[in-house]
Amino acid sequence: MHAAYPVVVAALLFSVGVYGVLARRNAILVLMSVELMLNAVNLNLVAFDVLWRDRLHGGQVMTLFTIVIAAAEIGLGLAIVLLVFRNRRMIEVDRLRTLTEQTAPAGEETPQEPRRPAAAAAREGDTA
Amino acid sequence: MITLAALATLLPFLAAFAGMLLGPWTSRLLGAAPPAAQAFGTADGAGRSGAGGPEAGELSKTSAEDTETPGTAGTSPEPEKTSAEAPTMPLPVSGPEPAAPARYAAGDSALRGLPRNGPALIACLPMAVATVLALIVAVAVWRHPGVRTGTLTLIPTGTIDIALGLRVDGLAALVALMVCGVALAVQLYSVAYMAEDRRYSSYAAFISLFTAAMLLVVYSGDLLVLYVGWEVMGVCSYFLIGHHWQERANSRAAVKAFLITRLGDVGFLIGIFVLGVGAGTFSIGGVLERLPDLPQGTVTAATLLLLAGVAGKSAQFPLHTWLPDAMAGPTPVSALIHAATMVAAGIYVVARLYAAFAASAAALTVLGVLAVISMLGSALAALAQDDLKRVLAYSTISQLACMAAGLAVGAPAAAIFHLVAHGAFKALLFLAAGSVIFVTGSGLLRRHGGLRRAMPVTFWAMTIGYAALVGLPPVSGFFSKDAIVGAAWHAAAHGERPAHLPGGVAWLICLALLATVAVTAAYATRAWLMTFFGEPRAAFPAREAPPLMTWPVAALAVPAALLGFFGLGAPELRPHPLSALLSLLAAAAGAVAVYLVWNRDPAADPAGGLGPLRRVFERGFYLDEVYAALVVRPVRAAARAVLAVDRRGIDAAVVGVAGRSRRAGGLLRRTQTGDVQTYLTGLLAGVVVIAVGVVVLL
Repeated sequence: MHAAYPVVVAALLFSVGVYGVLARRNAILVLMSVELMLNAVNLNLVAFDVLWRDRLHGGQVMTLFTIVIAAAEIGLGLAIVLLVFRNRRMIEVDRLRTLTEQTAPAGEETPQEPRRPAAAAAREGDTA
Repeated sequence: MITLAALATLLPFLAAFAGMLLGPWTSRLLGAAPPAAQAFGTADGAGRSGAGGPEAGELSKTSAEDTETPGTAGTSPEPEKTSAEAPTMPLPVSGPEPAAPARYAAGDSALRGLPRNGPALIACLPMAVATVLALIVAVAVWRHPGVRTGTLTLIPTGTIDIALGLRVDGLAALVALMVCGVALAVQLYSVAYMAEDRRYSSYAAFISLFTAAMLLVVYSGDLLVLYVGWEVMGVCSYFLIGHHWQERANSRAAVKAFLITRLGDVGFLIGIFVLGVGAGTFSIGGVLERLPDLPQGTVTAATLLLLAGVAGKSAQFPLHTWLPDAMAGPTPVSALIHAATMVAAGIYVVARLYAAFAASAAALTVLGVLAVISMLGSALAALAQDDLKRVLAYSTISQLACMAAGLAVGAPAAAIFHLVAHGAFKALLFLAAGSVIFVTGSGLLRRHGGLRRAMPVTFWAMTIGYAALVGLPPVSGFFSKDAIVGAAWHAAAHGERPAHLPGGVAWLICLALLATVAVTAAYATRAWLMTFFGEPRAAFPAREAPPLMTWPVAALAVPAALLGFFGLGAPELRPHPLSALLSLLAAAAGAVAVYLVWNRDPAADPAGGLGPLRRVFERGFYLDEVYAALVVRPVRAAARAVLAVDRRGIDAAVVGVAGRSRRAGGLLRRTQTGDVQTYLTGLLAGVVVIAVGVVVLL
């Protein structure tokens, strides 16, 4: 079998996963897209294990590891999604924007040096 | 010999540190009253309105009889009697007897508390031992004259080594003995004078440190070691002038004294470098030895630079303005530092390096002219001062100028003779003035008066002091001042002067000396009459000062009176009949004039006879104002300009950079949307860009 087939499939899978992670709004679907990416990697591992006839089957062992980690990860992820849902009654990723940089108060945005004493301005410069 | 001198220098030095660190602890060890009793009480000087803290009651238990009885017995009959003679006088008798302030009780009990007063013991005992050592040194040098030098070690500097050594000759031994004697008297006096002061411990320690520094200056065999002592004296003077720093004026006076003397000291240090580098050594003996080989320009430059330091330290025109203001310090400090010792250090240094000054025409001329201006100007200023201590301060400037004049006309022996005599009688005058201030609670002459009967010891001591200041025979000032006047007369009339001194300057010095003698007699008479004669001009319990204050005063009166006879041993110090007659005539003229003015109206100030000149003299010829206009204001304007540049230029640049970086950061902040998927997109884009870059570029 030619190596191109599994590699192309894996690349397609991975791309679908990337697209899902970047573009889907539903957190569950984002997690599923992550799984797609992991499985693309798994596919590659298995394919190259076979292709190179590895005596110790490192690729397959590695795949088992990845599956275990993915299971743990999906468990954790689903738990977080569940908590977010309980708190917010929605799991849309693009509306979870609490990490936004808060806009500073108006006075701090444009410091007025000339009118203030130099010491105060310098102190502010230190903290800023 | 050198060991003794070194010990005499080290003892006060160690006492200073011991007093600073262990003073109150020693008091507790000796079982003195708990420090809480000393911690209260107001400061003296301008701030001593001392109505009495809690200690007043506590101390009056022990010394009630001492303070109350002389106070009531002394004053009540006197105003009654005098009011009959001059009923127009404002008299203090109408109200109740003014209560004896707490400082009396504290001062009176100071003697009894001395064996338990830790800081005072630590200050006085080493000082007494140092005085004995200085006396031994002086006697040994007197018996076997000659220069003795000793070097502890050489400090290698790479070019010219600094010798850590002492050099004892007759001059040094004599001045050191004078310093030790005055310092001992002042330390004892301060125990009573500062009994109420809560910072007495540090005060006594600074006086000890000052004495050690002065002895280092006197005994030092190396110019740079001398300079160390010179600067330590300056900083002690600063601390002691500002002892009562709670008052803004006092700390300003301290800063003024420090800055002005520092101005001179810069010149002094550079002068030392010029002299030392030129001679290839900093040791005084070496410099004097190699003097003939030095080029004339080097000597002139070095001596003129040294003169700047001398003028600063010895308060000569144009750097004298700090000395009258330095009277803000406690009176014993004025007696020790600003009358007897530190201000004499400048004259002493000139005498020590006299060969260098005598070799330079410019230095001698400058010295002589500065001396003429200082002595006559400050004597006139003393004539109109309202504060007793300021009278004495201007008088100090004037007398130091007399010494400088003596040096300029080539009579260093006479100048040093006058220095020692002046140290004795001016310390006496200051300490006696301190007693007067202690009793009356004010330094203003117009609040004194009529103290002759109430303070007999102070009166007689001060009379001797004034007589010495005026130069009346047979007290010390007559002999010492006449030695200078005689030398100036010989220099002017007979040409017996240093080869480099112009004849005109010699004549100028001679005439100025005679005029100064007359003015000195006038202001001394005025201060004497206003303090001790006439009516009391303010309400205070007339009484003698505490014994611990009168004893040092009385003890200082002995050398002030008798020191002059020591000068009879040397031919150049004997009185010259002609000059003695001239100066006595001048003195009599000044004194009689003031007496006549005073006698017309004993209640008024004789200085009122000066008319419009009085204001000029009182302000010291407006020199402070001139300096303010010429120096202080431009410096302040420059400082303000620098501040403006700093604020508008440098600060604004820093703040502006901060603001601009923040605004630039604000642009980046836009990307921080909180949308995780956007971040990941960015991450992926970055990875792709890097990967493509790697692939393309490699």
